[in-house]
Amino acid sequence: MQEKLILQNKIAKGDFARGGETSSNLKELLRKLGIQSDKNRRVTIVTYELEMNIIIHSHGGEIQVYISSEKIRVVAADTGPGIEDLEKAFQPGYSTADDEVRDMGFGAGMGLNNIKHYSDELEIETGPGQETKIVATVYL
Amino acid sequence: MKLADIIPLLQLEPLVVIDDLDFEVETACGCDLMSDVLAFSQEKTLLLTGLTNPQVVRTAEMTDIKFIIFVRGKRPQEETIELAREKGINLYLSPKPMFECCGLLYQGGLSSEKIRRI
Repeated sequence: MQEKLILQNKIAKGDFARGGETSSNLKELLRKLGIQSDKNRRVTIVTYELEMNIIIHSHGGEIQVYISSEKIRVVAADTGPGIEDLEKAFQPGYSTADDEVRDMGFGAGMGLNNIKHYSDELEIETGPGQETKIVATVYL
Repeated sequence: MKLADIIPLLQLEPLVVIDDLDFEVETACGCDLMSDVLAFSQEKTLLLTGLTNPQVVRTAEMTDIKFIIFVRGKRPQEETIELAREKGINLYLSPKPMFECCGLLYQGGLSSEKIRRI
């Protein structure tokens, strides 16, 4: 099966009220497509972390999800401001989130680690003052 | 441990009831950090938390957790209850603090989750 775009959603900066809607829609969509529940779980956890990262850290962005017979690819792209220090961002417990975000249970410094753990492949393009693009792949 | 045994143990008040009392819980996670829940949790896990915002339900949804207990008698926001109804997630309220809830469940036979290395 050729790779097909199955979901495309804009994510607004600071939109906590709708945080998780995209991932929730994706979970339902993958269920309807008959994707195995453990694969579905991995893809939706990755997408949820990416979605919350856009809401918490970026100026806004978009999530696209592609599917083929061998894999699901989640592409999260935002309009900046970029990840200052990517190595630090991968250290468990390191976070630049503010108190409001922490009060909601996020900003624990586990997001990127979770994304890496649940993905089979992970590509990140970012830098200070740049847009960030993250592509997470889960093989079926 | 069956939910039927957990209800009197933690003096649970039901807020959203979807599954029946025969539901078998295998392990529990006491946590206020949602990314930690996303990192460690598995199905048939009971989530105990002091957070009451809708993201708690979202986190449960993504990890296939079916039961959330709000500890210390902290009543969740109406949006949280609505979302749980919509997503089919059971919500209960315990007047007991987190430490006591976890201790009672452990004593009652629930074991820890298998924690992955970070």
